[in-house]
Amino acid sequence: MSTSTDHGRPDPEASTLALTRDGRPVSDRGDTVCVVGAGASGLTAIKNLKEHGFGVDCYERETGVGGAWNWRHDRSPVYASTHLISSRPFTQFPDFPMPDDWPDYPHHSRLLSYFERYADHFDLRGHIWFGTEVVRVEPVAGDRWDVTTRSTGGYGPERTSRYAAVVIANGHNWSPKLPRYEGLEEFRGEVMHASSYKDPAQLRGKRVLVVGAGNTGCDIAVEAAQQASRCWHSTRRGYWYAPKYVLGRPADQVNDALLALRVPLRVRQWLYHWTLRLTVGDLTRFGLPKPDHRVYETHPIANSQLVYYVGHGGIAPVPDVVRFHPYAVELSDGREIDPDLVVFATGYLPRFEFLDPKVLGDDAGEGRPKLWLNAFVPGRPTLAVAGLVQPDSGIFPLSHWQSVLFARLLRLRVTRPDRAAAFAARVSAKAGERYAGPVKDSSRHWFEVGHADYLRAVQRALLDLEASR
Amino acid sequence: MRGREWARPVRPVRREVLGATPEVEQGRPPLLFVPGFGHGAWAFAEHWLGHAASRGFPAYALSLRGHGDSGPAPEATLRAYAHDVTQAAAGLPRQAVLVGHGAGALVVAHALARYPARAAVLVAPVFGGWATFGAALRRNPVGTLPAVFGGPLRLHRRQLFSRELPEAEARGYAGRLGRAGRRAQWQLLTGRAAEPAVGDPPVLVLGSPDDRIVPSSALTRAARRYGSAPLLFPGMGHDMMLDARWREPVDAILDWLEKDPAPTGRP
Repeated sequence: MSTSTDHGRPDPEASTLALTRDGRPVSDRGDTVCVVGAGASGLTAIKNLKEHGFGVDCYERETGVGGAWNWRHDRSPVYASTHLISSRPFTQFPDFPMPDDWPDYPHHSRLLSYFERYADHFDLRGHIWFGTEVVRVEPVAGDRWDVTTRSTGGYGPERTSRYAAVVIANGHNWSPKLPRYEGLEEFRGEVMHASSYKDPAQLRGKRVLVVGAGNTGCDIAVEAAQQASRCWHSTRRGYWYAPKYVLGRPADQVNDALLALRVPLRVRQWLYHWTLRLTVGDLTRFGLPKPDHRVYETHPIANSQLVYYVGHGGIAPVPDVVRFHPYAVELSDGREIDPDLVVFATGYLPRFEFLDPKVLGDDAGEGRPKLWLNAFVPGRPTLAVAGLVQPDSGIFPLSHWQSVLFARLLRLRVTRPDRAAAFAARVSAKAGERYAGPVKDSSRHWFEVGHADYLRAVQRALLDLEASR
Repeated sequence: MRGREWARPVRPVRREVLGATPEVEQGRPPLLFVPGFGHGAWAFAEHWLGHAASRGFPAYALSLRGHGDSGPAPEATLRAYAHDVTQAAAGLPRQAVLVGHGAGALVVAHALARYPARAAVLVAPVFGGWATFGAALRRNPVGTLPAVFGGPLRLHRRQLFSRELPEAEARGYAGRLGRAGRRAQWQLLTGRAAEPAVGDPPVLVLGSPDDRIVPSSALTRAARRYGSAPLLFPGMGHDMMLDARWREPVDAILDWLEKDPAPTGRP
């Protein structure tokens, strides 16, 4: 028998106050905040909102926490050998450290156990409605939100609850971005997106072409070098392949020692180039294209093994794909290769299918919201997006501070509405601000942020709020 | 921004954690006891752990690095000690109550800025500073002075226990004391104050007006920092968990926790 107080459970009979546009009852959840998704960002949002005294209802379409990092989930991009590419201190939540006897770059299964422990430790599961997907999120009067949910897969009736605020934490690494190529439909070989890649057995004995030089593309190319009979790795441009260790320490920790000293970007770039020359060497000698940009201008690739396998002949670097033929792939240098399997490691695009794109300022509907601090929506003081960042570090500490800032902002709306309005004005004025220096303007870098610059900006915002308490 | 935390994470060491759990799980928050400088988890294992468990609270005690059976760490700093506490707390199944004794209370205060504890208890807190140092120097110059030059801080059993505790026991406990890292000792004098606690936990401060290490004024100051007044147990020495009337303070802590104290409302 459940009551209306069970884990913030809505009780339509007890608190129906209005009807939705199509005439269904809406249950009022008062000051409760709705969180969409129980992945890393959703979990930290629940925890921080709860810590600031808010009731929280979280809707999760799957049956467990962990989001992208739960390999059992439909939409998880994780594959058997996925390891972190940012070291532990950059990945853990700032107030819940990973065990310090874990390796520097833990395996994905450890990360999932970390999120499960986080959920249990802070008693978050009682706030989560598992197996429930959000169908619609609509703004209503008074800066409140009607959230319509139903069982995952469309079973059962829909129900609508009214919330004081919403945190969208549905992740941005699950909807594959597939490139278009002439002749791809006629190609007779197997084609897959990296999101479907789960196990090296899928590559075993095949002639594999991996397209894309993100961290996933490089990882899969390395696996193909060990498993496949042949591996080509197609990249559009040259990249900097940073080793995971420098001077015997995780490379990101060495880099952050410089950031902590506020060494200017130019000097850091020079040092990085110099370090790469000493550790990785001249990439063109391996047949890899020369990078057309300086380091820190594209998302960093942390992979110690790619160059090693290129050097062993396990990976053949090739240029961009031009078109597909039924039994061959034509490259931009005129060569033709004949893979059995093409893996597109071409990234993901964010999707918010439950929300009118205009609400997030994405007037073109291309999946690029216009936000301040990649989280706050102009004109919508009670809506935040958590985790929509692509940092040069782990995402989770950033999501943590985003949700702390949002929770404090919601508090401030009650205690000092005038100051909250001033914050809202700043959101509108600064929407679209970048924190990444001069990065390439491709969809891959839409949400790119430099973690140090970004966290300093969040810290300034937090201090401003603090001053106005 | 915590650049240093990222660029130079604290080196891991083996940590000794002793525990006592209730026979029947009653859904109460776990307690993590943090001993002060020179003490190990044993100091709480003697009486308080078992007593807390008998009243339904899962109870654990940690030996800071370089203490008890934890790994050696002669160059440990307060930051490393606070790291040990957050690691041990995050390793518990549920959000923990941190209980720090002596300089362990200062370590807990630093850990509270890194870990949102359910609540915190500071027992006879030694927050350091020159005034505390002056008092220690007046009462025990021979034991205190070497610490200024990086030597061990030697506490006399009469500073730690009341006269009610039999001499042999007092001598036995004092003989088990180790020493804290040199740098951590210096930080007691010169270290920065702890950042505000995250998660707004309720904080209880308790001590004894007859403590020969922590003067009553220091207790009041510590309690005021957390918006409360200290709970006093006259006639007890500094090591309340080992003294003859050890039961009274731990019962007071558990009674306070059973009332499920609300957050202090401070930033």
